[in-house]
Amino acid sequence: MRGGTDAVIAGRVWRFGDDVSTDLLSPGEYAIAPLEVRKQHCLESLNPVFPRAASAGDLVVAGSNFGCGSSRETAPENLKALGIACVVADSFARIFLRNAVAIGLPVLSCPGASAAFADGDTAEVDLGEGTLRHAGTGVVLRGEPLPPEMREILAAGGILVVLRAGG
Amino acid sequence: MGLTLAEKVLARASGRDEVRPGEFVVASIDLALVHDIFAADVFRHLVELGVEELFDPDRVVIVLDHLVPAPSEAAAAAHRTIREHVERFGISSFYDAGAGICHQLLPERGHITPGALVVGTDSHTTTHGALAAAGTGIGTSEMVYALATGKLWFRVPPTIRFELTGALAPMVAWKDVILALAGRHGDDVAQYKAVELGGPAASSASIASRLTVCNMAVEIGAKFGFFAADEAALAYLAERGHEGLEPFGPDPDAEYEAVHGFDLSSLEPQVALPSAVDNVEPIGQVEGTRIDQAFIGSCTNGRLEDLEAAAAILRGRQVHPGVRLLVAPASRAVFQAAVRSGAIQALADAGASVLPPGCGPCFGGHGGLLGPGERCIGTHNRNFVGRMGSARAEIFLASPQTVAASALAGAIADPRKVGGRG
Ligand code: SF4
Repeated sequence: MRGGTDAVIAGRVWRFGDDVSTDLLSPGEYAIAPLEVRKQHCLESLNPVFPRAASAGDLVVAGSNFGCGSSRETAPENLKALGIACVVADSFARIFLRNAVAIGLPVLSCPGASAAFADGDTAEVDLGEGTLRHAGTGVVLRGEPLPPEMREILAAGGILVVLRAGG
Repeated sequence: MGLTLAEKVLARASGRDEVRPGEFVVASIDLALVHDIFAADVFRHLVELGVEELFDPDRVVIVLDHLVPAPSEAAAAAHRTIREHVERFGISSFYDAGAGICHQLLPERGHITPGALVVGTDSHTTTHGALAAAGTGIGTSEMVYALATGKLWFRVPPTIRFELTGALAPMVAWKDVILALAGRHGDDVAQYKAVELGGPAASSASIASRLTVCNMAVEIGAKFGFFAADEAALAYLAERGHEGLEPFGPDPDAEYEAVHGFDLSSLEPQVALPSAVDNVEPIGQVEGTRIDQAFIGSCTNGRLEDLEAAAAILRGRQVHPGVRLLVAPASRAVFQAAVRSGAIQALADAGASVLPPGCGPCFGGHGGLLGPGERCIGTHNRNFVGRMGSARAEIFLASPQTVAASALAGAIADPRKVGGRG
């Protein structure tokens, strides 16, 4: 497995707390709105600046049970569309984790991540090693790298790419 | 060593004799559910990918339930697209707007059988474990993959078992049981895991109550939530054309990651406070909290027994003038049965607005959203920030009994004190 998922991703951190639900990531009111509209409401009720100021290569670092709630794939899709390069959380809700992998959005489950970062810090994520490094303090946290089966889908760019390729 | 229900289903569906937690399997899908929020997207992807035939159109169920009747032009247009593609792909199980909520229709119309592997583009697909099916939510891309190939990967989950004993007191419901489990064990106790509800008291739950409990299994993180298929389940299935099925449960020597006891007899009515499903307190802690809206419905508690429990409290009384009471039957069949039983009459006479069968305001789509600073108590399954409109509104979750009592009082109330007249 090479390329995207094994590379180190470094970026500016947007920090969120525990239990960030899919209702916050992709509010029901905009359930079938076009992506350009929908992404503008992603996490706005937690941080109104986020959907406007997030830019390509930024990272989200959050607490436990990230992405809890609905099966809506629009939750990771909105983050990806805003340019988020990777989501790191103390833990993920199951469906969000699957969906992120299915659409090719890198994720790392790393207990302690949310306590180690503040908004605006710089983080470095090594998906292959499953580590998270604070660029300022140099502190390194060890997360749980995704199982190879999931990293293959991620490396391909998502499950629809796998399907197109006849997998 | 024996197998849990999750292990049994995933072993069978992947053509293996046995599987163990942590293993990855590629399993054949027995039933795939897509509802109206995602169906147009799923079909669009299928067409773009050049998929002309689904793996098995007879194993696919499409339901228009979230945006019904269409609250916007965009929803109406999406529904049109969905209807066209249902025809194009030859899908026979299509439930148009007004038939009901997907998680009510699947069991009610006989789509669920014990041991089936069911995936849906909806997190509450865990509901179908009430009939010992392995139901779980997936996203749209994975659904496209599943519809094209009939297969999907799964990691075999470890299982947590809850051993239920005792009997519920009057005015205490199975909704209170699942809320209490969430409160006691936390909203991620079953993350990446399966949950089984068993023990001597499990079979005292009606099928409707089992559906309520398994519906909310996902609120404690579960991938699957199961009751074994006992005589009551087999009788329910026989009424829906599935005659002669055998009871289906875990092996007696199955291995569990944890087993927790739970005594029903000491349970009081429970309320989940804003804004997490595990922020649960017994009713006494929140009694008297003023409310603006009360909601009885959803795939959690919109069934006949729920409407009747509410009607028994509201019959011959009037909803508090400061409260908007919304009632949404989970399906047209539920609505019709509640009309015949007199429950709808009692609720309407008490001042309820009866909404069409469907999701209604449950997910904040339409039909009863909340404004800033407003409070709602509802029978649904999520009280997250922004779930029903304003991010500055507050949502409390409770049983139909507690919601009905609260609608009368204008504030969160204990149904044991309010009592019934019906
Ligand atoms: S009733 Fe609510 S929880 Fe159930 S499927 Fe509809 S929106 Fe989802």
